Amino acid sequence: MTLLQDAMRRPSSSPAPRTLFDKIWDDHVVADLGSGAFLLHVDRHMVHEVTSKHAFERLRQRGLSLRNPELTFAVVDHIVATAPDRKVGRNLVGRSFIDAWRKNCADFGITHFDIDDERQGIVHVIAPELGINLPGCTLVCGDSHTSSNGALGALAWGIGASEVEHVLATQTAVQHKPMRMRIRYSGRLGHRVTAKDLILYSIGKLGTAAGRGYVLEYGGSAISALAMDGRLTICNMSIEMGARAGLMAPDETTYQYLSGREFCPKGAAWDSALAYWHTLAGDEAASFDKEVDIDCSKITPQVSWGTSPQDVIGVDGWVPDPALESDPQRRKSMEGALAYIGLQPGARLIGTKIDVAFIGSCTNSRYSDLEAAAQLAKGRKVAPGVRALVVPGSTRIKRAAENAGLDRVFKDAGFEWHHSGCSMCVTANGEVVPPGKRCISTANRNFENRQGPGSRTHLASPQSVVAAAITGAIADVRSFDG
Amino acid sequence: MDKFDRLTGVAAPFMEDNINTDAIMPTAWIIEVGSDWGRGLFGNLRRDRHGRDMDSFVLNQPRYRASKFLVAGRNFGCGSSREEAVWALVGFGIRCVIAPSFSDIFYDNAFKNGLFPLVLPLPDVQRIAAEVAAPEKTELTVDLQHCSLLTPTGSQCKFELDDSRRLPLLEGRDDVGRTLAMAALIDAFQRTDCHRRPWIYRSQ
Repeated sequence: MTLLQDAMRRPSSSPAPRTLFDKIWDDHVVADLGSGAFLLHVDRHMVHEVTSKHAFERLRQRGLSLRNPELTFAVVDHIVATAPDRKVGRNLVGRSFIDAWRKNCADFGITHFDIDDERQGIVHVIAPELGINLPGCTLVCGDSHTSSNGALGALAWGIGASEVEHVLATQTAVQHKPMRMRIRYSGRLGHRVTAKDLILYSIGKLGTAAGRGYVLEYGGSAISALAMDGRLTICNMSIEMGARAGLMAPDETTYQYLSGREFCPKGAAWDSALAYWHTLAGDEAASFDKEVDIDCSKITPQVSWGTSPQDVIGVDGWVPDPALESDPQRRKSMEGALAYIGLQPGARLIGTKIDVAFIGSCTNSRYSDLEAAAQLAKGRKVAPGVRALVVPGSTRIKRAAENAGLDRVFKDAGFEWHHSGCSMCVTANGEVVPPGKRCISTANRNFENRQGPGSRTHLASPQSVVAAAITGAIADVRSFDG
Repeated sequence: MDKFDRLTGVAAPFMEDNINTDAIMPTAWIIEVGSDWGRGLFGNLRRDRHGRDMDSFVLNQPRYRASKFLVAGRNFGCGSSREEAVWALVGFGIRCVIAPSFSDIFYDNAFKNGLFPLVLPLPDVQRIAAEVAAPEKTELTVDLQHCSLLTPTGSQCKFELDDSRRLPLLEGRDDVGRTLAMAALIDAFQRTDCHRRPWIYRSQ
């Protein structure tokens, strides 16, 4: 170690070492409001048709306008129908949301991507895809899965409608500084074990409230080895661990992914952005309030058995027995979950019959998700009685998949091929799982009634969903050849 | 936004952990009805598939129908960021949820709508839930000026709350007005930042 490096490490002669999160936070503080509250600048505000409606109404009632419409980007995703004619479902009922969204975008001069725009897609899929989201930026959206965007090294978090209004009017957000938690992933993911399995396993181990009050930083060799799509899947489910935001250090994978995307800086601006992004790396001596290490070699394909994302087991495992649970409150939750989902303690998950197989949502609808799913579906058939559907995360992903012939593979196998949107994850467009029916889904939430009243949801990776669709029951994807 | 100073009223015990915002306010209600938020509260738990109230649900029981407090388990309000979950509670008449912990987004949303999310240690929450489950003794009083809660048996719980949360609730003010008054600070930030990170600022 040189003298200079040594001197830089000494706390007396240098500022305290900071994490990636600390650096982004510090670079966005507009004012310290006291008692732990700060006013932060918002670099990018993503707007969709549901949570923005009431925010714009209140903005108009107060006679306010947008402070920075050019830092605001809008898309329709939640209510739009994804069926081939885009006309079925609740989007007729929800039409007022889409109409209001169009009027608000026009009146306030917001860059927006409507239903027929090539750039339309699920808000958390298009923000990275179009290069709207950048490393080191703050990005917010009235949607909890905004955390996805942390995969690019951004500080991104979901907000409520009141905060949407606040950001529209002031381009800032009032925030209390969260604590910092690091999760380091060592080892390598096994055959047909994906980023989705990694994050489901983590939530199962740590619990759905483990990240409450924290910003998560994911690191370690297994994260560095992942392509951007997988990283987005992991950060997406930070909220399912209770954390508003989760992020990853930007690296060559990030820069290669972003370079040339529509809203990314170009030329000299790219070079100066890159130089700035390199300064964001967490200091080696920076400390975290909590640290967790996870060995990826232990992770198997994960499937949820209950009604919380923490209710997960390896697909070859057995449904846990509430009687063996020592915490009475937890035991009660487990009993309720099993009664709702219709499974017995000690049962095998493998072989549980399914009615619906859903590939989509901001968690798992990107090109590589569809590609991996198609590889497995190729030359096979969806089991009789199973409704299987693929809903691409964006119109561009849909086009790219069609150019590669993936749509043909899916259709030949008996999958429905849809337009892009949130679809059966949030069901705001009326695409629901019927009461009592069992769905295996690549989405992020398996709450009671989430996919429609009485619906039963099992969370899994795209590959595991294809394996179940073909088998007609939950299956171990590792036993599939080819 | 209504001020929150002192509140006395009936408290309903609902001691489940991880009560999520989809349960508090179902998606279908948000899209299809889009108003009368109070009626949507716990829509899938309160009513059967034919829309009839189910007596088994706590808020349908006569003595809890006028609840102003909800006493709940850990990690209340987890899941979706939908502020409609807060609007539904307030629309029903609930102004204070007492729980051992809240999800971060729900917690922030609550303060912006005059709903007080009161964090107490789990044993206290369990004791309060047991007290308000007893017949004829369902009322609580919370005093935000003095940060104290009075239970039906007359015991008092003290709590702490940052002034950055407490004062806006007491005064019934939201953040927008205050931040707009800080426009000069935001201008200054953007001017400086525009030199450091010009790629963030797109021309209007």
